[in-house]
Amino acid sequence: MNKKKVCGNPKIWKDPPGAVMYCPGCQHPVIHRIISEVLEDMGIDGKAICVLGVGCHAFVQISWNLDILSSAHGRALDSATAVKRLNSDAIVFTVQGDGDCIGIGAGAFIGAMVRGEKITTIMYNNTNYGTTGGQLAPTTLLGQKTATTPHGRDAALEGYPVHTAELAATFKGTAYSARGSVHTPADYQRTKRYIKTAFQKQIDGVGFSFVEVLSACPPNWHLSPVKCLKRIGEDIVSEFPLGEFKNEDSTERLSKSK
Amino acid sequence: MTERMFVQGNEAVGWGALYCGCDGFFGYPITPQNEVTQWFAHEFPKRGKVFLQSQSEVGSINMLFGGAAAGFRVMTSTSGPGWGLMQETISHCVAAELPCVIVLVQRGGPGAGSIRHAQMDYITATRGGGQGGYKNIVLAPSSVQEIHDLIQLGFHLADKYRNPLVILTDGILGQVSESIEVKTIDFGPLDKKLWALRGRERQEDGKSRIVNSAVGVLPLPPYPNYISWLKHIEEKYREMEGSELRYETYEAEGADLILVAYGYTARVSKEAVNMARAEGHKVGMIRPITLWPFPYSVIREKAMLGCKFLVVEDSLGLLIDDVKIGVEGRTDVHLVGILDRHIPTDGGMIMPGRVFEEIKRLL
Repeated sequence: MNKKKVCGNPKIWKDPPGAVMYCPGCQHPVIHRIISEVLEDMGIDGKAICVLGVGCHAFVQISWNLDILSSAHGRALDSATAVKRLNSDAIVFTVQGDGDCIGIGAGAFIGAMVRGEKITTIMYNNTNYGTTGGQLAPTTLLGQKTATTPHGRDAALEGYPVHTAELAATFKGTAYSARGSVHTPADYQRTKRYIKTAFQKQIDGVGFSFVEVLSACPPNWHLSPVKCLKRIGEDIVSEFPLGEFKNEDSTERLSKSK
Repeated sequence: MTERMFVQGNEAVGWGALYCGCDGFFGYPITPQNEVTQWFAHEFPKRGKVFLQSQSEVGSINMLFGGAAAGFRVMTSTSGPGWGLMQETISHCVAAELPCVIVLVQRGGPGAGSIRHAQMDYITATRGGGQGGYKNIVLAPSSVQEIHDLIQLGFHLADKYRNPLVILTDGILGQVSESIEVKTIDFGPLDKKLWALRGRERQEDGKSRIVNSAVGVLPLPPYPNYISWLKHIEEKYREMEGSELRYETYEAEGADLILVAYGYTARVSKEAVNMARAEGHKVGMIRPITLWPFPYSVIREKAMLGCKFLVVEDSLGLLIDDVKIGVEGRTDVHLVGILDRHIPTDGGMIMPGRVFEEIKRLL
C-alpha cells in the first residue's frame, strides 16, 4: 500500500518543537500553524523578521525557526517600524494579543497605521488577558466574567468591546484589514487566505495590513474546548463579525479611501 | 576627511552621529532639543539614512529597540518628560543587550518643570532610571566639540558592550555655538553583530536568531538560567567600570579646594578656578566625563589629602551625592546649585562670579 504523508509539522516549526506552552483547547497554536503555512507557501520565511508582543502568543518563539524579536509589552509595532524602515526588503510582521495590540499598545498600533507602515500584524483575540489569569481586556464581551470583572463586564463601568479590525480599516495608511476565526475548517481556510492577502500587501508595498483572529481560551472562559468553539460561533461572532473590512491594491487608492 | 564648522551643540550631535556611521534617528519634538531632531530630518534622508518622527518618546525608544536588534546604529534625543517616558525600554535594551545611543538635553524639572536649561536628570541617567536596577555608561560633554566627539565614542562603547549609552548635555550646551572640527574618530575594531536579526537566510550560518528581554522567563543560550545571565551582565558592568572611566582635572595639583562639575557648569567652574588662581587661591577642578562609571577613586585621593570640595551643578544637588560617596566623610562637600542662579527664573544661570564668591567664603 502506498502511504502518502498528508499532514505534519510546518517546516519552519523547530524539530523538536520545544516545550508545549499551551493549554488544552487553546487555538493560538492553530493560528501559529496558519502563519507558518502562509510563510512557507509564499517562500518568504527566510527573509522574515517577526516581532512578538507580550502574552501567550509570544511562546511561539520556542518553536519558530525564524528571526524573532520579543518586544516590550504593547510596543511590537514601534520596534517593527524601525526594523522595516532600516531593512526595507525584509518581511516584517508582528504577532500580538488583543491586550497587547489595542490595550497597552494602542498608541503604537495607531502610530503604525497613521504612517502606513509596510508591516503585517496578526492580532490573536481571545477576549481576555490569558497569560496573567483571564482579566478584562478591551475586547471582553459585555457580561463576560473575567478575573477583574467577577460580575461580568458592565458597559457603565468598563465600556464596550473594541472592534479592532473595523478600526484599522478607518486609517488611510491601512491597505488591508480582516477578521477571521479558526473554529471550523472552513474558517481556518478563510483565515489562511486573509493572512496570505495581508502579507501580499506588504510585498506589494501598499500599506499596513492587519488580520484579527478569534481564538479560544478554555481555562479562562471556564468552558470545555468544544463549548468554546460553540461560543465563538454564536456569541463572539455576533459581536465581532468575520470578513474583510478593507482591501486596497495601490497607494493611490489609499489616499482616496475614506 | 576633516571639516571645520561653526555649529550649535544640538547640531554637533548630528555631525558626530553622521561621521561615525549612525544609520537611523528616531525622535519626538521636545524643548530644548528640537534642533537635534530637525538636524536629522534635514540631513539624514538625503544621505539614504533613516529619520523618523515617532508618535511619542515611548515610540522613539522602542524604535531604537527594533533598529538595534536588526544590527543598525540607532539613536534618539530627548529632554525631561520624554526621558521619563523612555525608561521602561532603556531597561529592556539592557536586558536584550541592544546597543543604542540616547542624547538627553537636560531641562528643568520636576514634572514639566521648565523648558530651559538645568542639570536635574543626573540620578535617573546614572542609576538606571527604569525597572530592574541596571547600568549604562553616561558621557557628559562640556563643549560643542566634545559633544561631536563623545557621540562617536558613545556609539563605539554601546556596540562594544552591547548596552544602551546616554550622552548627558543640557539646554545651554545645546544652544551654544562654537567652532568645531568634524571628522571620523577611529576607536579600533569591533566584533561583527552576529547576534542581530536579518532574516534566517541572510545569517552567515543560516540559523535563526532570537532577541528577547525576558531572560528570566525564556532562558536563551548560552545562559542556562536567569542567574547565570545576571552574572554575565554583572561582569560586563565591572568591565565598563574598570576600562571606561574618563575624567579631566584642571589645576587640581596642590589645590586646597576642588570644584566638581560636568556639562555647562564645568565651563562656569573653570572660569571660577581661573579667577581664584589669578588672586593666588589654590583651587582646582575635577570634571567627570563619564558620570557612570564615576571617578570615585580620584575624588577619594584628593579627600585623603584634606582637600575641601565644592560641587557646582544646576540642580538642588544630585551629583553631590556621588562626590560624597567618593569623599567617604573625610572632608566637607559644599554645593553651588540652582538656588544660586544669577536671576531667580528658568532663564537664570550659575555664573562664575557666584562660584568665585563661594570659593572665597570656603577658603
